Amino acid sequence: MDPVGLLFFLVGFLIMAGIYAILCLALNVQWGYGGLFNAGIAGFFAVGAYTSALLTAAPAQTHLGGYELPVLVGIIAAAVTAGLTGWAVAKICIRLKSDYLAMASIGIAEILRMVIVNEDWLTNGSLGITNIPRPFDGLLQGREADILFLAFVWVIVAIVYLVCNRLYDSPWGRTLRAVRDNEDAARAVGKDVDSFRLQTFVIGAALMGVAGALSAHYFRFLSPEATEPLLITFLVWVMLMAGGSGNNKGAIVGALSVWAIWSLTEIVTNRLPAEFATRSSYIRMLLIGLLLQFVLQKYRSGLLPERSPGIAFDKDKDKTHG
Amino acid sequence: MSPLLAIDGLTAGYGGLPIIDNINLLVAPKEIIVVIGPNGAGKSTVLKSVFALTSILSGSIRFANQEIAGIATQKLVPMGICAVPQTRNIFPSLTVRENLDIGTYAAPPRNRAEVEESVLTLFPDLKAKLNQPAGELSGGQRQMVTLGRALMSEPKLLLLDEPTAGLSPAYLERIFDLILAIRQTGITILMVEQNARQALSIADRAYVLVNGRNFASDTGANLLANDEIRRSFLGGSRPS
Amino acid sequence: MMEFINFYLIPGLALGSIYALGAIGISMIFGILRFAHFAHGDVMTLGAYGTLTAVWVSGLHPLLALPVGIVFAVLAVLAVDKVFYKPLRELPTIYTVIASFGVALIFRSLIQLVWGSQNEVFIRGVQKPVVLFDLIRVSLLHLEAIAIIIGVAIALHYFLSRTQTGRSMRAVSDNAELARVAGLDTEKIVRATWIIGGSLAAIAGVLAGLDTNIQPNLGWNLILPMFAAAILGGIGKPMGALLGGMVIGLVEELSSYPWLTDEPLINPSYKTATAFLMMVILLIFRPQGLLKGRLF
Repeated sequence: MDPVGLLFFLVGFLIMAGIYAILCLALNVQWGYGGLFNAGIAGFFAVGAYTSALLTAAPAQTHLGGYELPVLVGIIAAAVTAGLTGWAVAKICIRLKSDYLAMASIGIAEILRMVIVNEDWLTNGSLGITNIPRPFDGLLQGREADILFLAFVWVIVAIVYLVCNRLYDSPWGRTLRAVRDNEDAARAVGKDVDSFRLQTFVIGAALMGVAGALSAHYFRFLSPEATEPLLITFLVWVMLMAGGSGNNKGAIVGALSVWAIWSLTEIVTNRLPAEFATRSSYIRMLLIGLLLQFVLQKYRSGLLPERSPGIAFDKDKDKTHG
Repeated sequence: MSPLLAIDGLTAGYGGLPIIDNINLLVAPKEIIVVIGPNGAGKSTVLKSVFALTSILSGSIRFANQEIAGIATQKLVPMGICAVPQTRNIFPSLTVRENLDIGTYAAPPRNRAEVEESVLTLFPDLKAKLNQPAGELSGGQRQMVTLGRALMSEPKLLLLDEPTAGLSPAYLERIFDLILAIRQTGITILMVEQNARQALSIADRAYVLVNGRNFASDTGANLLANDEIRRSFLGGSRPS
Repeated sequence: MMEFINFYLIPGLALGSIYALGAIGISMIFGILRFAHFAHGDVMTLGAYGTLTAVWVSGLHPLLALPVGIVFAVLAVLAVDKVFYKPLRELPTIYTVIASFGVALIFRSLIQLVWGSQNEVFIRGVQKPVVLFDLIRVSLLHLEAIAIIIGVAIALHYFLSRTQTGRSMRAVSDNAELARVAGLDTEKIVRATWIIGGSLAAIAGVLAGLDTNIQPNLGWNLILPMFAAAILGGIGKPMGALLGGMVIGLVEELSSYPWLTDEPLINPSYKTATAFLMMVILLIFRPQGLLKGRLF
């Protein structure tokens, strides 16, 4: 591969890895901090993607809008709508065993898919939305624009990472982990467990919406296929489990490494003879499924395990425990 | 006579944390042995250790001269040990008859009908409720269901964890009478009790546990007569 | 009126039978192993493909080749339980839920690898409807589905209330800790649960495949209404799940009947959403289900 081609392959890789990193950080807030099982990541991703796309795209007859609003407004709106969706889901089943939340979140994701495919007036159905702008459009042309977008994505990753870290160390985050690890004890000391959980789920969902928006802006085009639950929900779960749930650095490392495996296997399988190449995506799915089982059984704490922030008098002990 | 159950130097607890430390306890056949002591003394932990529901750190538990420490719970029922937990001790959506039936699955009695007959003779209250879900019964009746279930496997040794917890005084008396009646059928009983005074009055011998260690042991009558024991563990008042 | 029976009521009952067959297994697994089995739809798909292969080889009618599909699905779930679920049994059950998510993916990708992702059909050509009393015209398949669910209901009731394994299963579902203390063989009961759940799922998969066609997402697309049915019936109550499946199937079909105007009440492309809607309403107002199941 020529160096320029390699460079732009790398740029594309890092943009997607960044978007996945945000999804992973978001899931880490829900699962790693709060112990909440979200099986409908793709749904919140889709809400964010469509919100931002419709608000920022050029006007079109085929779908609602677009309103040509600034990209930043689109992204913020994406966070709000996805957060609201998360609020509705969590409100219903936050009191119940986490399996119910899983069922409800996967349900909402499936229904959103139905809406996206069926409501042509809103989303242009399977034909999708075109002419979605990127931030700083016109500043750079052609492939160079990807580099600019790469910087934009990773600035947002950095912001999300810092916010998540602050949350983790804050009194709020500590309470949340107490709720996750021992719900009864947290209740006993008078914490409103349900409202803490609700907040966690909403924050996570909003961040997933941001990731959705970024992907719509990156591709400049959005169709229902972009929100395929296999690629969004499953892959993100594997990333977080492999990276280390509860650890924000782990979430990013997990996103980068699993996305690297995914992209590299694509290069390999694309070179196979045609009759194998069509089936190669199933082999990759199978591998991801097996990777998840492996991580669950042998590697539950991930590449970078969770490490509770040391309390002042506790620091030395913390060091010896590594 | 060799003991039916011999606990020797037992240290056990949960997740590597010992709750009881170097406990010694003997149960001879057909005895009623009571374990009393303040809250948190580790009384229930002794029973749970016999029933393989704790992690045993050291010591031995011998049943009929056979080491059983660490043997899976499932294998103890066929050997003739049956346990009655303190709470959540019935299958609420199963009928009373089905609850009794569950007792026969792990250790089928020689004559099922006969055993059921004798259990229902002990607990006549249950006769009219056989086809009712056990979850609809009163607390005292539930206690009878769970005792009945345990008896259905014709155990040699019955482990009772606070069988009178939460019962009204009327039922309390009846349960103690029933325990005596169960012993009459030749079953050995090891029980933990909070109602120490009544429990000691039916006990052949009793063990007092404090902070997870043996504190005292004697016949029930002697312990009831002992001033120090009375003051510390029986609420101080005169025997009624 | 006849139109209502022919095009809404009977198909609704048939669809309900499919949901019910899947939901029974989901409810049992939830009751005994304490986790929502997200791969259950894909077990259905496996059963359908296993049967399809038997049909190809033998030329038999799918319902006669069904035992092959059942054995195939049962072996698959027993293997998966041993390799993927059992090692996680001592952990919080949510890890098993995640594992079942992965298993769903593994099943589906294996199916696509072996059989490809194109649509397959069990029987080619248009089936003639069965005509009863000159008025009722329904597909034979729908009658078969309804007959199967009636048979399963009777057998299941007998099994759960009369047999030792059935009663033990209910006991574990009621109070797993006490079942262990009472000396019940939990692993044997778990095995029985998978065998029954896998068998019924395979039957459901074949019926669903006969009703439309067979493709790798066949079962996954049905998982939501089946969860809804299991919740409706009360978790851990197999007979409740059966009833719940029938209700969800009926509601789904009847929701597109022109009740108020000449238009379908709910756009048929949102039929599946009605099941979800019922689930949500239920979770808000009566999470223990209609038959007072276990509330986790």
